[in-house]
Amino acid sequence: MNATAPAAAPPLETTPSTSRLDAHAPSGPLDGLWDLRKRELALSTRARRRDAHVLVIGSGLAGASAAASLSELGHRVTCLCFQDSPRRAHSVAAQGGINAAKNYQNDGDSADRLFYDTLKGGDFRSREANVFRLAQLSVSIIDQCVAQGVPFAREYSGQLANRSFGGALVSRTFYARGITGQQLLLGAYQALSKEAGRGLRLLARREVLDLIVHDGRARGVVARDLVSGAVEPILADAVVLATGGYANVFQLSTNAQGSNATAVVRAYQRGAAFANPAFVQFHPTCLPPSGDYQSKLLLMSEALRNDGRIWVPARAGDQRPPASIPEAERDYYLERAYPRYGNLAPRDIASRAAKARCDEGRGVGPSGRGVYLDLRDAAQREGAALLEERYGNLFEMYRRATVDDPLETPMVIFPAAHYSMGGLWVDYDLMSTLPGLFVIGEANFSDHGANRLGASALLQGLADGYFIAPPSVSGYLASTSLAPMSLSAPAVKEAVASVERRTRRLLGVSGRRTALEFHTRLGQLLWDGCGLSRNAADLERTRAAIGALEAEFWQDLRIVGGEHELNQELERAGRVADFLSLGQLMCLDALARNESAGCHHRVEHQTPDGEGQRDDAHYAHVAAWFYTGESTSPRLEHEPLVFKHLAPAPRNYR
Amino acid sequence: MKLQLRIWRQPSAAAPGRFERYELDGLAPTLTLLEALDLLNQRLSSEGKSPVSFESDCREGICGACGIVIQGRAHGGQTRRATCEVRVGDLDGAGEVTLEPFRARAFPLVRDLIVDRSAFDRVIQAGGYVSVRTGSAPEANTLPIAKQRAERALDAAACIGCGACVAACPNASAALFVGAKVSHLAALPQGGAERATRARALVAAADGEGFGACTSLGECHAACPKGIPLDVIAELSREVLRPHDP
Repeated sequence: MNATAPAAAPPLETTPSTSRLDAHAPSGPLDGLWDLRKRELALSTRARRRDAHVLVIGSGLAGASAAASLSELGHRVTCLCFQDSPRRAHSVAAQGGINAAKNYQNDGDSADRLFYDTLKGGDFRSREANVFRLAQLSVSIIDQCVAQGVPFAREYSGQLANRSFGGALVSRTFYARGITGQQLLLGAYQALSKEAGRGLRLLARREVLDLIVHDGRARGVVARDLVSGAVEPILADAVVLATGGYANVFQLSTNAQGSNATAVVRAYQRGAAFANPAFVQFHPTCLPPSGDYQSKLLLMSEALRNDGRIWVPARAGDQRPPASIPEAERDYYLERAYPRYGNLAPRDIASRAAKARCDEGRGVGPSGRGVYLDLRDAAQREGAALLEERYGNLFEMYRRATVDDPLETPMVIFPAAHYSMGGLWVDYDLMSTLPGLFVIGEANFSDHGANRLGASALLQGLADGYFIAPPSVSGYLASTSLAPMSLSAPAVKEAVASVERRTRRLLGVSGRRTALEFHTRLGQLLWDGCGLSRNAADLERTRAAIGALEAEFWQDLRIVGGEHELNQELERAGRVADFLSLGQLMCLDALARNESAGCHHRVEHQTPDGEGQRDDAHYAHVAAWFYTGESTSPRLEHEPLVFKHLAPAPRNYR
Repeated sequence: MKLQLRIWRQPSAAAPGRFERYELDGLAPTLTLLEALDLLNQRLSSEGKSPVSFESDCREGICGACGIVIQGRAHGGQTRRATCEVRVGDLDGAGEVTLEPFRARAFPLVRDLIVDRSAFDRVIQAGGYVSVRTGSAPEANTLPIAKQRAERALDAAACIGCGACVAACPNASAALFVGAKVSHLAALPQGGAERATRARALVAAADGEGFGACTSLGECHAACPKGIPLDVIAELSREVLRPHDP
């Protein structure tokens, strides 16, 4: 490997090698692995590809790009989404940008450098081979999106423009104002629409409620038509889950109302291992919670940290308005503690630091749960007009939500649950432990380790969808002979019956409380016990409390209406039931990982100045959980992480 | 704050609908209208009554899922706001607030405040894309695009597909929606090869879905939460009339 990053280190001694988990990554020099794998993957004739039916669940960046590309390859593809249109998937809300190692700024960027930043940003808890491939593919993604007509920001020369994001010293983030996610999603949606005219089947307003497993392989799903309530099995030769993340388990998050973990939890219960469920990221630049009935927390792009300076009053309890606090009495705590990265410290560090300032009594805003993000100096340096051009739609959103003008008074921000690095375990080919079930985008665990860098979610979604899943899935289909299967197969009947049983069970509780009440309570428990910082006693308590809440749920839930109609309360209840299971798994995973890594901060494992301490001797592994039954504890297996190219060092952003 | 609501209730497209009145009290003015409806639905559920069905997802004005006619105006008629961005305080002094679904022949009603906007998807499927196969793209910076041109493309591409333009138009025309996609792709060199047929294909698809004709009233632009410029409709006409390339 070229040496933009520290020199190679000998492989670490890691945890037991008794695990069955095999990443199936090719071996050899890192930069040749993906080409090697593409040579190894089987091909088939176009006629055979047409015979193979692939089911893609979800239509965000990963799902839409995978469905379109698999259809281009000649496969029969059906793409499902729960929204009324594939264009609404939550990727649409990503604001700031997408990383790519184009090195257009000639500031020393390269695939190696992006690999290094991602692995380090993730606190050395991701797989080297996957991360390097992500970095390599980043350049092709920009080419692909530009060719589709994605209107990225340009310089006056007509060249593509860049900005910087957290955890990076180079400027490699491509963007379209503050609506980058929307523009990339529309690119993928349009690719999907192109294929819809050529045979790809789109089914909107369908929620996947179970997976059909036949002969040990994923062979379809059971979906509910959200308008008629009809429950329908759909058979396939391979299933691709692209259903997004589970940060909504916290109820108050930056996710969309409908973002849910149901398909992922059901796949876990059908045999797919769940990896690192405790790894959930809190985004540092969100609006603070403001009342009891709030439905979500608004996110302000991390891009603002390019120009904004984050501070709190130096003295606890200082109630003066920000403009009256003189420079000497302000604590620019990120610049003070991390002089090298300053306000661009990674998200987990910035989020924890904000919460620590508030816990010290130095928080600002009406609730005391907030820190200032101040654009004053940037406005003086570059002019308000330029900032308005750069962040206009974010300012507009902020003014609406708060009535304050960020160019006149500092913004008040606070961390919110945002992204799940954990997800279903996948091998190098993005296949789960259940053969025939592929998992892509935020739904898998693959690339971000214990903390994701800003502007890398869009990158991973599109790398998985456009470039990795199509040859991997196609290769699986070419090299596997599947027995023919019909709707009368016992596995189909069993899955449909299981869905119907669960629906009736939800409707039959006839208690007093709504699903939202349970969801709100679950979110509070997790925020307090399994949030920005964690400790063993609280995790034990929280796990037990969620178990008790789950028992109450199944005794006191109330849903008005029936199953054969549009019933949004029923939809929500089903999702909350799965969040209740997942919340307990998160606590279990957080308990089992006796170290601090990235967003997983165990207070038992930190330096005197509050930095998390990894334990590479015992925890350099992926924790993969296997479901063993409703009333038994899941089984934990480790996939050891071997670092051949980068020596895991303590993360240092100072 | 107190909120008096008059909401359209209709169990399904086949069943008759009617307005029902509800009252909420003690609301913080910073609460969003949709959060107030969440609250109302909690109450209705706990009373064993059917909650009000409405759509929303991102709740930050970008996914386009929400859409209610508030006081006779799509999304409530405030400049550049989607329904999910309307706050209870914005409705202070409005008296009884009427909430209705987006009404248009091409948007059949599903239930209560939910309509079916899949016609928009089918319009895009008729040609609202650049046909480029994955993996066949050239290096991105080989084709410089003037900043102003890229900005113009983005102004049009910012459409969220919510359908307010259709709901606000007395003709239920989709000209702003179609014009936005056509302008976005016409502004960029990448869309050039299919430019000759795209506008006509999209307009034909929109006609087939039952959207009306544009009579240049401009209500669509006024209702648009993203402020899609009205001149995309002029551009749509120009594109339709452009001579076919040989």
